[in-house]
Amino acid sequence: MIERIAAFGRLGLDIVSSFGRSGRFLAGVLGGVPRPATGFPLLLKQLYAVGVLSLAIIVVSGLFIGMVLGLQGYTILSDYGSEAAIGQMIALTLVRELGPVVTALLFAGRAGSALTAEIGLMKATEQLSSMEMMGVDPLRRVIAPRLWAGFIAMPVLAVIFSVVGIWGGMLVGVDWLGVFEGSFWGNMQSSVDFVDDVLNGVIKSVVFGFVCAWIAVYQGYDCVPTSAGISSATTKTVVYSSLAVLGLDFVLTAVMFGDF
Amino acid sequence: MAQRTTEIIVGLFMIAGCAALLFLALQVSGLSPKSAQSTYTIYANFNDTGGLTPRGRVSMAGVTVGSIESINLNKETFQARVTMSIHSEVDNIPSDSSAVIRTSGLLGEQYIDISIGAEMDSLKAGDTFYSTQSAMNLERLISNFASGR
Repeated sequence: MIERIAAFGRLGLDIVSSFGRSGRFLAGVLGGVPRPATGFPLLLKQLYAVGVLSLAIIVVSGLFIGMVLGLQGYTILSDYGSEAAIGQMIALTLVRELGPVVTALLFAGRAGSALTAEIGLMKATEQLSSMEMMGVDPLRRVIAPRLWAGFIAMPVLAVIFSVVGIWGGMLVGVDWLGVFEGSFWGNMQSSVDFVDDVLNGVIKSVVFGFVCAWIAVYQGYDCVPTSAGISSATTKTVVYSSLAVLGLDFVLTAVMFGDF
Repeated sequence: MAQRTTEIIVGLFMIAGCAALLFLALQVSGLSPKSAQSTYTIYANFNDTGGLTPRGRVSMAGVTVGSIESINLNKETFQARVTMSIHSEVDNIPSDSSAVIRTSGLLGEQYIDISIGAEMDSLKAGDTFYSTQSAMNLERLISNFASGR
């Protein structure tokens, strides 16, 4: 009995200390003065791996989500005879919610897990410690470019997701189901506000990008350096990132769009 | 992969992101460069503003000529005081025009329509509409009809 209580307490302490380690880790990564000459090519390489290679899944899922929104929205709105409102429905759902959130979830699955596995394997094969032996700070050489790449790539991907989704919705709504194109765009433009909707969506995706990249690199850096440890760290990255994104999304939505 | 190729591909990626943001700004939210044009403020008092909201549009003959800044309660007359900003180029609204709250479509948003008067003088900044017509309240309409008034 006592052992169980002790195990419970140990679990709590583990969680708290893991939070502490991740905070110190973040401070170590961001605290270093960036050296543009050596840092920029590394960042570029990571932007390619994290951003450009994620583009395919983002574009395809954005297209299909937009098309599904168009189809579903048309079915529901045609009951009220207001199919023309489909444009604003698609645009608002994508720009405010689905764009940032779905992109972040896909990003965690596609790029976050890869980051964790890569860094975890580097740790398991002692590449990180040999870097330290050579006097190269792995936080700055390996971790920082990956963190920044995730942070920069995520808003770009989210905006592209929204645009492709709106285009997919237009494809279904206007070209297939025959909603008048003028009212599709007109309703959209009159109800979507650049600062309130578009920029708030971008802020959301910046926050999600930061959180996803942070969790991914931290889990990789902190993993148990065995094959089982790497696999559990990768799983944790996806699970924690998804939970953090959905939870933060509620908080951000309440702050941004809740009028109270 | 060669450093140069990576640079170009990442550059294209960032440009695609900027283009997408531009698309969201111009095509989706209808943000036009001239939206920061100069405006002047006029007021209108309504008995009932219904579902009118700030940022709603003010139109004249169906053309948008301004937007609603704020809606407050006037504590002395218990009327709603609506502050509107009208584009400066529309500076000849006759002073006996009236502000009418209308609904676009059956379920659409409410907006203020200015129905044109005949006076030669025009409304200036800070003026208040002399006559207004409140929002159509469907419930009140039905209850008036039912009680035969």
